Amino acid sequence: MEVISFLIPISLFLGAVGLIAFIYTVRSNQYDDPEGDARRILSDEWDDHPKP
Amino acid sequence: MGMATTRPQPAAACPGCVATPTEPARPIPEDVQLALSLPTIHCQACIFKVERALNAVPGVQSARVNLTLKRAMIQAEPDMRADALIPVLEAEGFEAHELDADVLSVTGSDKAGRELLMRLAVAGFASMNVMLLSVSVWSGATDATRDMFHWISAAIALPAIAFAGKPFFDSAWSALRVRRLNMDVPIVLAIVLALMTSLWETALSGEYAYFDAALTLVFFLLAGRYLDHRTRAIARSAAQELSALEVPRALRVANGGEQEVAVADLRIGDLIRVRPGGRMPVDGEIVEGQSELDRSLLTGETIPVYAEPGTEVSAGEVNLTGPLTIRASAVGSDTSLHQMADLVAVAESGRSRYTSLADSAAKLYAPGVHILSALSFLGWYLYSGDLRTALNIAAAVLIITCPCALGLAVPAVTTAASGRLFRKGTLIKHSTALERLAEVDTVVFDKTGTLTQGTPELTNLDKISPDMVSIAAALAGASSHPLSQAVTQAAGLAGIEAAKVTAVTEVPGFGTQGLLNGQTIRFGRAAWVGATHGTHTAAWLSVDGAEPIEFRFNDSLRPGAEEVVSSLIASGKKVILMSGDNTGSVRAMAGRLGITDWLAEALPQDKVARITEMTEQGQCILMVGDGLNDTAALTAAHVSISPATALDAARVASDIVLLGTDLSPISEACDVARKARRRIRENFRIATVYNVIAVPLAVAGLATPLIAALAMSTSSITVSLNALRLR
Repeated sequence: MEVISFLIPISLFLGAVGLIAFIYTVRSNQYDDPEGDARRILSDEWDDHPKP
Repeated sequence: MGMATTRPQPAAACPGCVATPTEPARPIPEDVQLALSLPTIHCQACIFKVERALNAVPGVQSARVNLTLKRAMIQAEPDMRADALIPVLEAEGFEAHELDADVLSVTGSDKAGRELLMRLAVAGFASMNVMLLSVSVWSGATDATRDMFHWISAAIALPAIAFAGKPFFDSAWSALRVRRLNMDVPIVLAIVLALMTSLWETALSGEYAYFDAALTLVFFLLAGRYLDHRTRAIARSAAQELSALEVPRALRVANGGEQEVAVADLRIGDLIRVRPGGRMPVDGEIVEGQSELDRSLLTGETIPVYAEPGTEVSAGEVNLTGPLTIRASAVGSDTSLHQMADLVAVAESGRSRYTSLADSAAKLYAPGVHILSALSFLGWYLYSGDLRTALNIAAAVLIITCPCALGLAVPAVTTAASGRLFRKGTLIKHSTALERLAEVDTVVFDKTGTLTQGTPELTNLDKISPDMVSIAAALAGASSHPLSQAVTQAAGLAGIEAAKVTAVTEVPGFGTQGLLNGQTIRFGRAAWVGATHGTHTAAWLSVDGAEPIEFRFNDSLRPGAEEVVSSLIASGKKVILMSGDNTGSVRAMAGRLGITDWLAEALPQDKVARITEMTEQGQCILMVGDGLNDTAALTAAHVSISPATALDAARVASDIVLLGTDLSPISEACDVARKARRRIRENFRIATVYNVIAVPLAVAGLATPLIAALAMSTSSITVSLNALRLR
């Protein structure tokens, strides 16, 4: 059962990473246009390289 | 934002010049941020077509479409105006309107929404982690391991709930302070009680802790809150867009010059210049100029009224042909426009009379849950004499009955329904508008500007010889009067070219005259050309010596008007036409659309009186109108719709706004509203069924945290899936 002394901190750490990533996406306006973002993926533009 | 800095700077000739500039640094002209409303975009192809078209315009630096808000934000060079971009989009087939970017930027960043989303995220991540630990406890962790897991859970749950649950704590506290109960009181009680008993149990190495349940509860409830907030935030910002289109300014004539001032600064006795196409800012009397006035937004009349010095004008009327100078006789809240707005305040609104489904559910639910939980606490305390068991069971009852599904039942459905309608160009402004729309059995339409576009259309082109049409088109081409424009348009469509007419002059208030082969020709009002006026909207053409020829006009129907009326009648609703226009045109319009019940020459008070009377007879009325004369009626009706072209006051008074020019979304909105109400009721039933199964278990003391978690999650998920069927 010693393994849980690693597993629990790891799971908490991963949870925190997820939370921080989510907070970053909120702060950088990534939920302002969910409808449009869902559809932009269907475009062929900027498929080869990212938009400058 | 960052664009100003990325623009290439003029290269300095020598390094020394950079250090010692020869002239004071001029401020770099800032890029302008333009916003366009695009009510008709709906798919990925639209996004890329719009962005490509806008980016191709020289001077535009970047353009990005927001499909959720149906809006394009454009970063452009300082001298770029939105007027230059609108034709570009119209050429691509998109309707576009300019928006005041400054007004939008104030409302753009949705602070409350982000805060809710952040709390939702914290609750979500915390509940996942705690659930992970709880699953290990349920699958057999015992003794020290179980205690440790419980303590870790507590360490995560307590701060997470303190942060994420703040909206509920605030709302419950503000209700309790005024000695009232709302939906949040039992929620907060359940959360607090669950945390307290769980801490106590953990301290005593007990078997059950409800940390996961408390967190999941907060998570699901926040999800409902967020959906609700988002739907309303979208509607609010779209409604603000419409308001941003009108600027209240007027031209004051003083010391021989004209000066632009805010309407609020006008005083009685001021001389105000109103240009053709402008709206009267105040009540007053004309002192100079001749023109025609369009009173349709105030009275519903479609025939323009002749105006000359001495004519009384009211705020809101539109000047059609010549510039006018008026002397203000009433300003601000004394104008007839404002008095009509006061009528709105007096009329009891359909909104305030209505109790939403969620409210009536909460009214049943909140006391019921408290009593049930208190009774099970008392019962178990008397039966076992053990405070700990009794408290545990009371907490279990509260947690299991907690209104997760109830909290999601309404917002999930309204979000799905509003989203579907918004994509069709219907904006649901009020949170209970859909529920009220579902009850409608009578639909009242205004005529001018609602069923019609408020622009005239030539009706007897085929009865006039093409030569005469070509002469009329030549005269009409020189005027911006709506009737003249209708003639020019009709002639253009029929392929008739304008005749060669010389010395064309417009006589404001009367018409246009010119010379054809040395003969005077006139096109305008009946009396001016020597004809007698009939009951129709008409303009007359006289060529010297000949009998004047009548050009008849009809107000052109709004697209979708016929379909809406026929589909509403087909679905068993009563359709009524109420207008301030004269009996002849209202009867003609009613006949054209197949409406049997109509009311003409109705004053605003008459409309309200009729609607109130019908409401008292138990009918639920949907009012569709656009003018000031409809505003009171819009408020008095059970639910109201106005087109985007309506006056600001009318849009504010109505619950639903149509964003495009088409009327046909109305009948779909009625359908969706009925389906939405059915889904909401189903959701309540689903939530009740779960409670009926789980509550006896909780009261009997058989509920474990596992059962609570299962009941809560399954009911919330079924409710959300059921709502998604509407999309």
